[in-house]
Amino acid sequence: MAKKAQKPSKLDRNRPTSMPLLDVRDLTVEFATRRGTVTAVKNINLTLAKGETLGIVGESGSGKSVTSYAVMRILDRAGSIAEGSVVFSGLDLRTAPESDMRDLRGREMSMIFQSPRLALNPIRKVGHQIEDVLLQHAQVDSDAVSERAIEVLEQVRIARPRERYHAYPFELSGGMCQRVVIALALACRPQLLIADEPTTGLDVTTQKAVMDLVVELTRERGMSTILITHDLGLAAAYCDRVVVMEKGHIVETAQSSAIFKKPEHAYTRKLMRATPRPGVTLRDLLPEGESARPKAVAKTAEAKAPAKKVKGVETPLLVIEKLVKEYPRQGGAASLAKIFAPKPAVQPDMFRAVDGISFTIARGESVGLVGESGCGKSTTSMMVMRLIDKSDGLIMFDGEDIGAIPARSFARLPLRKRIQMVFQDPTDSLNPRFTAARAIADPLLQLGGIPRDEVRGRCEALATQVGLPLNLLDRFPHQMSGGQKARVGIARAIALNPDLIILDEPTAALDVSVQAVVLNLLQDLKDSLGMSYLFVSHDLNVVSMLCDRVIVMQTGKIVEQGPTEQVMVAPQASYTRDLLAAIPHPPL
Amino acid sequence: MLRMIAKRMVLIIPNLIGVVIVTFLLTRALPGDPAAYFAGPAADKQAIEQIRVKLGLDKPLIVQFGRYVNDLVHGDLGNSLSTGQPVVTEIKNRLPASAELTLFGLILSMVIAVPLGILAAVKQGSWIDHTCRVVATAGVSLPVFFTGLLLVYVFYFELGWSPAPLGRLDAFATAPAQITGFYLIDSVLTGKLETFRASLSQLLLPGFTLGIFSLAPIARMTRASMLAVLASEFVRTARASGLDNRTVIITYAFRNAMLPVITTLGMVFSFLLGANVLVEKVFAWPGIGSYAVEALITSDFAPVQGFVLTMAVLYVVLNLIIDILYGVIDPRVRLDG
Amino acid sequence: MNENISTTPVAAAAPKPENNSIFRHARYVVAENPVTGLAFGLFILIALCALIGPYIVPHDPLASDTTATLHAPSLKHWFGTDQLGRDIFSRVVVATRLDFIIAIASVALVFALGGFAGIASGFFGGWTDRIVGRISDTIMAFPLFVLAMGIVAALGNTVTNIVIATAVVNFPLYVRVARAEANIRREAGFVQAARLSGNGDMRILLAHILPNIMPIMMVQISLTMGYAILNAAGLSFIGLGVRPPTPEWGIMVAEGAANIISGEWWIALFPGAALMIAVFCFNLLGDGLRDLVDPQRRT
Repeated sequence: MAKKAQKPSKLDRNRPTSMPLLDVRDLTVEFATRRGTVTAVKNINLTLAKGETLGIVGESGSGKSVTSYAVMRILDRAGSIAEGSVVFSGLDLRTAPESDMRDLRGREMSMIFQSPRLALNPIRKVGHQIEDVLLQHAQVDSDAVSERAIEVLEQVRIARPRERYHAYPFELSGGMCQRVVIALALACRPQLLIADEPTTGLDVTTQKAVMDLVVELTRERGMSTILITHDLGLAAAYCDRVVVMEKGHIVETAQSSAIFKKPEHAYTRKLMRATPRPGVTLRDLLPEGESARPKAVAKTAEAKAPAKKVKGVETPLLVIEKLVKEYPRQGGAASLAKIFAPKPAVQPDMFRAVDGISFTIARGESVGLVGESGCGKSTTSMMVMRLIDKSDGLIMFDGEDIGAIPARSFARLPLRKRIQMVFQDPTDSLNPRFTAARAIADPLLQLGGIPRDEVRGRCEALATQVGLPLNLLDRFPHQMSGGQKARVGIARAIALNPDLIILDEPTAALDVSVQAVVLNLLQDLKDSLGMSYLFVSHDLNVVSMLCDRVIVMQTGKIVEQGPTEQVMVAPQASYTRDLLAAIPHPPL
Repeated sequence: MLRMIAKRMVLIIPNLIGVVIVTFLLTRALPGDPAAYFAGPAADKQAIEQIRVKLGLDKPLIVQFGRYVNDLVHGDLGNSLSTGQPVVTEIKNRLPASAELTLFGLILSMVIAVPLGILAAVKQGSWIDHTCRVVATAGVSLPVFFTGLLLVYVFYFELGWSPAPLGRLDAFATAPAQITGFYLIDSVLTGKLETFRASLSQLLLPGFTLGIFSLAPIARMTRASMLAVLASEFVRTARASGLDNRTVIITYAFRNAMLPVITTLGMVFSFLLGANVLVEKVFAWPGIGSYAVEALITSDFAPVQGFVLTMAVLYVVLNLIIDILYGVIDPRVRLDG
Repeated sequence: MNENISTTPVAAAAPKPENNSIFRHARYVVAENPVTGLAFGLFILIALCALIGPYIVPHDPLASDTTATLHAPSLKHWFGTDQLGRDIFSRVVVATRLDFIIAIASVALVFALGGFAGIASGFFGGWTDRIVGRISDTIMAFPLFVLAMGIVAALGNTVTNIVIATAVVNFPLYVRVARAEANIRREAGFVQAARLSGNGDMRILLAHILPNIMPIMMVQISLTMGYAILNAAGLSFIGLGVRPPTPEWGIMVAEGAANIISGEWWIALFPGAALMIAVFCFNLLGDGLRDLVDPQRRT
């Protein structure tokens, strides 16, 4: 295995810097599918200078990932480059033999992928995985390779690299795994790094740490970077230039300082406007011309907004006091495992997912519950929703102690009607075997007490209310788009005229332009129906636009709560400040 | 690692208890009179009574169970009616024959199926892939006794390449000195190559019969899990890092793909041990399967019960080995315990 | 797909409803994989033999003819005759019904028991799960065919007991599939949503989860039909269950086994081939169904 000398490179690293490192001309990529050939990207032109950072931005299906796979020539079996050329450092990659490509990959051009945990071999020590790459490209003698791998781990700021060298991916956190993936990609000091949604699925503070690291390392080494992302804000914040793609075409290329200031193409404008950022209102997210238009929403529904607020003295609709949820730390085999545990467990057996939180929601108020993954926000919403039982504390709804009613029997109580939910994943939350109409009708049939022959009419009214075309009512979920499914989910949630709706990351699975529309719809519905919202999200920007008050959670506890303006502008807790600082700040 | 093995061993205890209870129930929950059953079809009333008292069948069920467990602990599985021999001795004598046949069949099928499955996945859509698919579906559809008879007809009757399908050695050869009980190994150890050749020629047909049978699930699983792993993100990362094909396929894909295959081995063993009975009958193989079949014909229940128990214990132990093997490959299992 | 930007209801440019998409997909599967079509044809043939076989066969399957023993296949006896001079073709065709009934009965039994136990254990978890899990673990601790032997030997040598034994050994397979599928869906958004809509546990199980699991259970049924036939034939091959002179494929192969060595291949070959074709047909159908139900999971 000991390859002593570095293999001579086919590339001349000392070419004049005026020439672009990567030059993509008229690239067209096609996929052979059941229904014939599908063109994924068409006539793409890109250049990337040495040391430049380029962002490729687009919504799902825009072809941004396919472009990068074509550059690396790692398209699926079905995909192929139909036209155009890809020239990297003077070498035509389209015609280069596979063996040359293999030498280039990892050594001259590297790639990091979304979902870092999946990108690592689960049963191989991370150190060995880095060594594989080093040895493959003859970067180092085999006897020095492990020292080199540790060095590489150190460079991506992994604490205790000597220990982590022996770790398996499952023993590391998501952010840590992404660092290992970066280490893997940069181990051979390539000239080009392609990062494909490198931070999607990571928490916002982890995202910042990872992005800062990538930028620092690539700048330091004079590398060129392509950042592929759906997040225009992220791209503009970290890249020199941004390329916007839509449906397989490049619609605009611009300096990132200009993209938010004077976007040229209509699609860029739409995307730019839809990107949540500080200091804008929900209406600003909609494309020009849409925001000013009066809403056609809800005029048909019985407007009960004013009536609700007046009712009685102003007691809060929902009062949460010292709410606690504990889970056993280990699974079923815990007792058996203990027999063989080398020493008694140090940790307590119970893990507090929610640790004594208190807050209230007034009638007609919308409250945001924000925190990173694992902070207990979802557990809280499930308890308020009465889908799971609390361990301790009070849940008072309209003066009634609903926390005392077991989740199991809550389903069929009349109270159930008054608390509803919009789920995170619109696909997952619709029964694949129910049509849209059947899904919306389900609560009406179970709890609505409406005669069967009126159900259809009610469904149609609800569909109109949420802006769902009536001809879609007889479709199944797989025949609808993400935004349409989200509307079905919302129609189902408002079907029973609830007082409180919990929105559990309702737009997390949607593209930004769809998110903008759905957020506005939610706002309009609240205005016309006078409901209260508990908006659970990881995204402070989004929450701040829709909510009157914001609650910030960390590791099961509330670290800060207050009016939105105050929390966003003058945060008290240092954690809130971290969260705010971690949101990408594009040059506006 | 040791902790994991210890834990696995503890975890098989409930299974063993289950096995003992079921085999006990199989005898005592019989419709009709178990005593008459154990006494055999020829016994008169008095003999049945004697058996009843002798086996403690007049006692309450729980006492009977205690006695059954006690007998098991002392290695007593009762006596065969037809031969009068203790069942344990018979099974002990015949077990190596069955084990040799089963393992031979398994090794044969692994040697063919795993490379076939890998090639089929790596060259998806090629002729080797189609071969693999046909073999996989046809293999599980073949009744194992029928394959055996077909092979006998072709290789013994028509071609004459194979000896008569009558046991482990033909009448003129003598068995090697008993060391492991496996004729192939014993004959090599004692240096009797003639015996080795003779026993191998007897073993080939039944071995292939079992091999063809277990080939299908292994090849199918190898192909499917190789395909899944080859499409996974970490293989894409490995390719994007420029690792050569060999490293990607062997170090990255194959080792991960083996995990589901090893799990499938449990199922394969279940099939193999069952198919073993049928193959032993076709080839007059003197193993525990044919012992049980002979006993079934004469309604001699003690050997059948002993056979079922032995097979179950064997299978539980095989599963334990599979579990440990899995842990050796997969750190997630090994380290989490 | 193009999301409509406006919040007003507009008939957006969206895909046309595919009411007949299942049929179209089925046609696609058959066209893509003609083998599935072939398997379906075979299935019809087998079903026909089972239904009307006994009325159309040329000879009485039980009538022996001492003047015509061990005849090779001829125009009179298409598949030849056995030691007692019985017509093998008639016996093979007539046997279809018995083998088919055993397979269907045992699969129906295990589908009802195992399917329900599995769904309940996946959905409710807790004690239900532990008990069902314990039972199927205990069954799985035995090599399946060996356990089936033990059960038939203990319960008595009848066709009913073959059905029971086959159902028992298949129980864990059904439990595993149904449990896994129910378990994934237990926390699915649409089940949570159904709870919010006021559906009780039982209703969620029957109206929401069961219909989503059925396609996968159908695949399982088709695949285990083949195994059930093999299992029953194997049992009768070693002399359990069906008894001579009843025509049954396993027994017929056993009867012909002794004659293989002396070269009378047809006695065992034809029933064996019938058995093989039947099992092959169900396995192919199962694969085809799986492609239909879940195109991504095709292997």
